[in-house]
Amino acid sequence: MKDKITLSDMSRPDRKPLTHVENADLMPLPPPLDSPDKDVPWTPLSDKVRQAVECGLDDTCALNIPQPKSKEEEDELVRKFLSGLDKLFTKENNWTFLQPLVLTMEHCAKCQTCSEACHIFEASGGNELYRPTFRSEILRRLYFKYVKHGGLLSAWQHGDIEVNWPLVARLAELSYRCNLCRRCAQTCPIGADNGLVAHELRKLFSQEMGINAKECHDNGSVLQLKVGSSTGMSSLVVKDNIEFIDEDMTEKTGIKVETPWDVEGAEVLLIHNAGEIMAWPENPGAFAVILNAAGITWTLSSELAGYDSINYGLWYDDAQFARVAIKHAEAAKKLKVKKIVLGECGHAHKALSIIADRVLTGELNIPRESSMTLLRDIVMSDRIKLDPSRNDFPVTLHDPCNLVRLMGVVEPQREILRKICPQFREMWPHGVDNYCCGGGSGFAIMSGNNFQDWRFHVSGRKKLQQVLNAFADCLDPSIPKYICAPCSNCKGQFRDMLAYYEMWEKHRILYGGLVELIVNAMVDVKPGFIEWEWH
Amino acid sequence: MTTLAFAVLYLSAAVFLIATAARAVLYARQPIHLRWELYPVPHEDPERVKHGGSYFEEVDWWKKPARFNLLGELSFMVPEMLFLKALHEHNRKLWYRSFPFHFGLYLMMGTVGLVLLAALLALFAPSLMAGPLETGLHAVYTVTGAAGVLLAMAGALLLLHRRLTDPALKVYTTPGDIFNLLFFLIAFGVLAAGYLLKGPDFPGVRGIAEGLLRGNLSLSVPPLFATGLILSGLLAAYIPLTHMSHFVGKYFTYHSVRWEDHPNRPGGDIEKKLAEYLTYRPTWAAPHVTADGKRTWADVATTNPWQGEKK
Repeated sequence: MKDKITLSDMSRPDRKPLTHVENADLMPLPPPLDSPDKDVPWTPLSDKVRQAVECGLDDTCALNIPQPKSKEEEDELVRKFLSGLDKLFTKENNWTFLQPLVLTMEHCAKCQTCSEACHIFEASGGNELYRPTFRSEILRRLYFKYVKHGGLLSAWQHGDIEVNWPLVARLAELSYRCNLCRRCAQTCPIGADNGLVAHELRKLFSQEMGINAKECHDNGSVLQLKVGSSTGMSSLVVKDNIEFIDEDMTEKTGIKVETPWDVEGAEVLLIHNAGEIMAWPENPGAFAVILNAAGITWTLSSELAGYDSINYGLWYDDAQFARVAIKHAEAAKKLKVKKIVLGECGHAHKALSIIADRVLTGELNIPRESSMTLLRDIVMSDRIKLDPSRNDFPVTLHDPCNLVRLMGVVEPQREILRKICPQFREMWPHGVDNYCCGGGSGFAIMSGNNFQDWRFHVSGRKKLQQVLNAFADCLDPSIPKYICAPCSNCKGQFRDMLAYYEMWEKHRILYGGLVELIVNAMVDVKPGFIEWEWH
Repeated sequence: MTTLAFAVLYLSAAVFLIATAARAVLYARQPIHLRWELYPVPHEDPERVKHGGSYFEEVDWWKKPARFNLLGELSFMVPEMLFLKALHEHNRKLWYRSFPFHFGLYLMMGTVGLVLLAALLALFAPSLMAGPLETGLHAVYTVTGAAGVLLAMAGALLLLHRRLTDPALKVYTTPGDIFNLLFFLIAFGVLAAGYLLKGPDFPGVRGIAEGLLRGNLSLSVPPLFATGLILSGLLAAYIPLTHMSHFVGKYFTYHSVRWEDHPNRPGGDIEKKLAEYLTYRPTWAAPHVTADGKRTWADVATTNPWQGEKK
C-alpha cells in the first residue's frame, strides 16, 4: 500500500513510520522473480528496537539513534541540529562543499526530472519518501528559515517547515536512504545535486551531533585510524594473511607468487581495500600474479592505513575523510614511491584520486592512478600471454559509480573484457549512465536490524533487474555466469544480494573482480583459476 | 503614467543588474570546494567525451599536458542554453512546456535588445534609420516580440497547469511557485493587450524606448501598455531575487561543480587557495572532530585521536 506522504509528515510527533513498503508496491522484476510472491518476505523490525531507537521513517532503521528520555533532551538535540545547520553554511566549517550546497539550495526548480533517474525511487514503486527531492526540500526549507532567517515572505516563497525532534530524527535516517550515486544530479537540467544534500546531511549529523552509522564510523574509519584497517587487521595480521595468500596462489597458479612489502622507491604502491584480503583473497593474489608477470616494481605498505584503501569518511564526515587520506599519502611518501595505484575499490578510487586532490598538498600530493588503466596497459600491450577461450562463459560488467560516473574511468576495464571474454555483454544502461549496485555510500557494509531487507528489495533492485536482463538468454543453471564488479563494496552487495535471492544456487550467477578474469586467461597459469564456487 | 512607468523601468533595470551581479559575485567568492565533478565532462578529449571518460583513463596522466576542449564545451553549452537539451533528454513531458516558455523569454530579451538598438540608432545615427534598416528592424522586433510573448505565455500557462495537476509536483509546490507563473502570465498578458489596444496615438515601441533613453516624460504612453511595462519591469527586478535566477546559478553548477576537474598541481593556484582554507578554524561540536574554534582545519586533519589505542 503506497502512503500519501507530505513534507509536513516529517514533523509528525508520533513515532509511527511514515511509510510501509510491501513487495507488491515494488518495481516488477524479470523472471525468475516476476511476481511479488516469488520475492523474499521482509523481516519486520522487532518491538524491542522500535521501543528503544528512533525508527519513525519506514520499515527499517540504519542509525539506531536512542529515543530521548525527556522533552528537554529532545529540545537540546534540536538545538544542536540547528547549530550544525548553521555551520553547514559557513566557509570556516564547510569550505569543502559550501558552493555546490548553496547552489543546490537556491536553484532547484522542483521539476522532478531527477526522480526518474533515481533507482531507489523507481524500485520503491515511486514512494514519495524516497524521491530524491524529498529530503532536499526539507533541508531547503530549513535553510531559508533558519540559516537565511527568512520571515513570512520567505515561507510563502520557499515553503515552511516545522522543526522538532521527530523531524530531525527522521531526516537523519532519510540521509541513509540514498546511495550517493548522483545519477539524479547527472540529469538535473540546472545542476542541482540531491546526492550532495544526503552527503551534507550525514556530515551535519556526524560532525555536530556524533550521529552516524556504526558500520561506517566506529567499525570503519575509527577502527582504521586505530589499528590500520577497518577490517580490524593490524599490519602484522595483514602480512600473515598476505603470506598465506601468496602460498595459496603459488599452489593454484603454478607460478611462484611473492608479495613485496615496504619496498622503498618502488614504481607503484598498490593499496587494496583490505576487505579483499579477508573476503576475496584471490583478488590481491591475482594482482600479485599480474604485476609480477608484467615486471612492475611494486609494493604494499605496512604503515597505519597504508594497506587499506578504504576511506569511509567519504560518505559521512570530512574530518575522518581527510585523516585517512593523509595517512594513505604519508605511507606513499615514506616509501618514496612514484605513484599510488588503487586496487579494485570504487570509493577508494574517488576518495584518494578526486576528493582528496584538494586535501593533499605539498609533499603529500603524490600521483594517484587507477588499477584499471595500469591493467589495461599490461593486457593490451601483450606483456602477459592470454587465452580468451579460458573465459568462454557469459560475463557482464558492473560499473561502480565512484569509478565511472564520478571519476570517468569507463573504457579501460571494457577494453580488457572485450579482449579476454568472448561472451562479454553490457548491462543496459551502462558506463556513466549506470545504476548503483545498491550498496553504495556504506550500505554494502550495513546490515543492522533488518536494513539488508531494504537494501536488497529497494536500493539493489534496479541492479538485480539489470543482471537478470543481461543474462536473460542463459539463466539455465548449467551455464555458469560471471558479474565482473571491480569494486569491493559492490562485490559485497552482490555477494549478499545474490545469496538473498539464491541466484547462485538456482542460476549459477557468480560475481568477482577483473583481475581474476585476467589471471584465469593467463596462458602461464594452471587452468581453472576461477573455481565456480560460492564465496 | 509615463513617469511612473519610466521610473519603474529605470529602477527595475538597476535592480536586475545589481541583484544578478551580486548573486554571481557571491557564488564566485565562495571557496573552491573539494572536487565533485560528474562525467561526462565535455571539455575532455573528444575521444573520451564519447564514452564519458576522463584523463584518469591514461597511465601517468599527470605527465601529460592538460588539454581543454573548448569546442566540446560549446557544443554542449549552446544547445543546452538555447534548447534545454538536458530537459529534452531526461524529461520530455516537461520540455514541451518549459522550452516554449524559456525560448519565448529569449525572444523577448532579443526584442528588447533590438528595440533599444533601433532607439539608439535613431538618436545617434538618424541617417542610418531613414531607410530599409528601420523597416527591417521594425519587422524583426515585431515578429520576435509577438512570438516571444505568445510562446512565453503559452509555456507559463502549460507549466502552471502541470504544477496544479501533476501529483508529483503538488507536494513541493509553494504559493510562491504559483505566484511566479501567474506573474509572468499577467505581466505579459497586460503588455500584449496594451500593444494590441494601443490606439492611434501610440508612439511606437521604438518611440517609447527613445523616450526612455532620453528621459522624455512628456511622451504619452497609453495606460494599459504602461501598466504592462510596469509589471514587466517589476518582474525583471523580481527574477534575480528568486530561484528563477538559475541563469546565474547554472553557470556555477556546471562550470564550478559538474565540469570542474582541474587537478591540484604542486605549487599551483589551487594549492595556494587550499593553504588559506586549511587555516580556517572550524567549530563542529562532535568530540571526534576535535574542533574547538582554535584549532585549524590542518590541525584537525592531521590529528589522529585514536593513534596508539588498541582495538
